[in-house]
Amino acid sequence: MDLVKRSPGRLAPGEILRSRKIAMTTYDHPETLVDRGAAQTPQRIAKRVRGISDRGIAWLFILPSIALLLAINIFPLIWAIRLSFTNFKSNLPYVPLKFVGLANYVDILTDEDIWHGMQVTARFVIWSIALQVVIGFGLALLINRQFRTHSFWTTVILLPMMLSPAVVGNFWTFLFQPQIGLFNYVISFFTGIPPSSFEMIGDVRLAPWAIVLVDTWMWAPYVMLICLAGLRSIPDYIYEAAEVDRASAWRQFWSITLPMVLPFLMLAVLFRAIENFKMFDMVNLLTSGGPGSTTELASITLKREAFEKWRSGYSSAFAIILFVTVFGAANIYVKALNKVKQR
Amino acid sequence: MSATAHSVVEASPRTKAFAGTIVILYAVISIAPLLWIGATAFKSPSDSIAYPPKVFFKPTLEGYVNLFTVRSRQTPEFFANLPPAQTWWEKLVRSHDMVIAGPSKVVPRFMNSLIIGFGSTFLAVFLGTLTAYAFSRFRVPLADDLLFFILSTRMMPPIAVAIPIYLMYRELNLTDTHIGMILLYTAVNVSLAVWLLKGFIDEIPREYEEAALVDGYTRLQAFRKVVLPQAVTGIAATAIFCLIFSWNEYAFALLLTSGNAQTMPPFIPFIIGEGGQDWPAVAAATTLFLVPIVFFTIVLRKHLLRGITFGAVRK
Repeated sequence: MDLVKRSPGRLAPGEILRSRKIAMTTYDHPETLVDRGAAQTPQRIAKRVRGISDRGIAWLFILPSIALLLAINIFPLIWAIRLSFTNFKSNLPYVPLKFVGLANYVDILTDEDIWHGMQVTARFVIWSIALQVVIGFGLALLINRQFRTHSFWTTVILLPMMLSPAVVGNFWTFLFQPQIGLFNYVISFFTGIPPSSFEMIGDVRLAPWAIVLVDTWMWAPYVMLICLAGLRSIPDYIYEAAEVDRASAWRQFWSITLPMVLPFLMLAVLFRAIENFKMFDMVNLLTSGGPGSTTELASITLKREAFEKWRSGYSSAFAIILFVTVFGAANIYVKALNKVKQR
Repeated sequence: MSATAHSVVEASPRTKAFAGTIVILYAVISIAPLLWIGATAFKSPSDSIAYPPKVFFKPTLEGYVNLFTVRSRQTPEFFANLPPAQTWWEKLVRSHDMVIAGPSKVVPRFMNSLIIGFGSTFLAVFLGTLTAYAFSRFRVPLADDLLFFILSTRMMPPIAVAIPIYLMYRELNLTDTHIGMILLYTAVNVSLAVWLLKGFIDEIPREYEEAALVDGYTRLQAFRKVVLPQAVTGIAATAIFCLIFSWNEYAFALLLTSGNAQTMPPFIPFIIGEGGQDWPAVAAATTLFLVPIVFFTIVLRKHLLRGITFGAVRK
C-alpha cells in the first residue's frame, strides 16, 4: 500500500515530527497550520510526498463546476444582455442584426400589458405566500404538540411539495372540471352551490384564486417544515422560565415563539417569494395565463414573447429586468433576514 | 413536588388530541387529490367523467392499456377476419371495437426521463462533491463570493435562461438531444449539490483527515479514503434531490425538446384519446410518474429540510 511504500526515511528530516506537532498544537485551526507546514517543506519534496499542492487541488476541484456554470448560465446571460439591445427575432435569424439601444427596455417599462402582468404576479406571490405562512405556521405549531403518529402525518402532508409542478397543474385541471371535477363536487356538497355553476379556471374572478389555491396546496408544507425546525430550535428551559414568571400562553407565543421562529419563517418566505416570482410550470398547465390575461404571470408573458412571437431581443430585455428584480429584492431581503437573526 | 408534576413543555392530552385531529384532517384533505388521481387511473373513461364523481367503481386496467398503446377503431367486418385476441389487453381493446396499432410514446419518454435524470444527477453530484470539498477544506480566495455566485445562478427564471440557451443549442446542434439536456440540468443541479454537500462535508471532523495526512496519505488519498466514505449519506441524499429536480423539470424540457429527448412532464398533458383528454390514461401516467417521487420522499424524510433550503437549515 501507499502507506508502506512512503516510508518515513524518504521524508525530509523532521517532517513527520513537524506535522505531528502541528496536528497536536493546533486543534482549532488545523487547516491553516497544515497549509503552513506544507509551505515550509521545500517545493520539490512536498510534491513528491503530497502529490499536487493543496491550492492546486482546490482549483482542480472548483474549476470544472465554475466552468460549467459559466458556459451554461453566465455566457447565455451575457448573450441575452447583448440581444436585449437588438431587434433580433430568432425565427428570422438571417435578418441583419440592428442595435436599437435601450428601445426594448423603454418599450417594456412603458407597456401597460407588462405592468398588468407584473400586478398579476405580485398579487399571486403575496396571496399565495400569505396563505402558506398562515397554514404552514399553524400546522407547525400543531405538529409541535407531538401527538402520537405525528411524524407519519407530517410525511403525508409533505408529499405535495415534492411532486412535479407541471404534472400537478395538469391534474388539477381535471379536479377543477365544472361538472365532473372532484373539487367542484366537494364544494357543492358542503355549500349547496350547484357544481356546474362555477368554473375555477374558466372564470375571470376565480382563476387567480385557483392558481393561489393549488400553489398553497403544494407549498404550505414547505413553510410548515421550516417553521417546525424553528420551533424545535427553541430550548425548553425558556418556556419553563416563562412559566415560572407566570407569563400567559398568549404572552409566551408573542414574546418567545414568534421572535424565535421569525428568522426561519423569513427564510421560508424568501425561498417561496423567489420561486413564485419565477412561477411558470404549474400555472402554464393549469390556466396557461387565461382566461384573458387574468393569470398571465411574468414568466408566461416572457414565454409568449420569446417562444411564440419569437421576439428574442425584446424578451431578452424583459428577462434581464426580471432577473435584476429577483436578484435585487432577494439581496435586500437577505440583509433584513440577517438583522433579524442577529437580534 | 409529586412525581406526576406536569411538564410545562409537554402538551396536555387534550391539547394533543385537538392538534392531532386538525393535522390529520388537513393531511387527509391534502392527500385526497393524489388518491383521486390514483383511483382515476383504474376507472373506465365513462366512470372517470361520471356525475356525481364515483368513489366506488368497477376497476379496470383500460387506462394503463390506453397509456401504453395506440389504438384504431375498426369495422365489424375487419374483426370477423381477425385471429382471436392473444392477450388480455388485446381483448380489452377489442371489446371497445378497436385494435392495437402499436406502442405509444410513453416508454421512450419515460426512458428519456431516466437517462437525463440519472445522467445529470451523476455529473452534478460528481462535480458538486469535488467543489464542496474544496470550499469546505481549503482557503479559497473569494470563497463567499464564489459560493454566492453558484447559488445566484438558481435565481434566474428558467424561461429567461432558456432564450439564449435555445439560440446557443441551435448553433451547437444540441437542441432536443440527451446530452444537451443533461448538461443543462447538471448546471442547474450543481449549485444545489455544492451547497448541500458543503454542509455535509463541513460536519465531518477534520481530525480524521489530519490524522491520515500525518500518516503519509496525500490529500487526494485522504479525500478518497477518509472523507468520501463518511460523506456517503450526504452524497446519497444530494443525489436524490438532484434526481427529483431533473425528474420534475418542465420549462426547459418544454422549450428545448420536441421528441427525441422529451421527458415525461411536457409529454403527460398531451396524452389524448378519442375526443379530448383520456383522463384514465393521463391519471395512469401521472401515477407511474409520481410513485418514485413518493418513495424517495419517504426515504429522504430526515434530509428534506436541508434539501429544500439549500442546506441553510439543518435540524
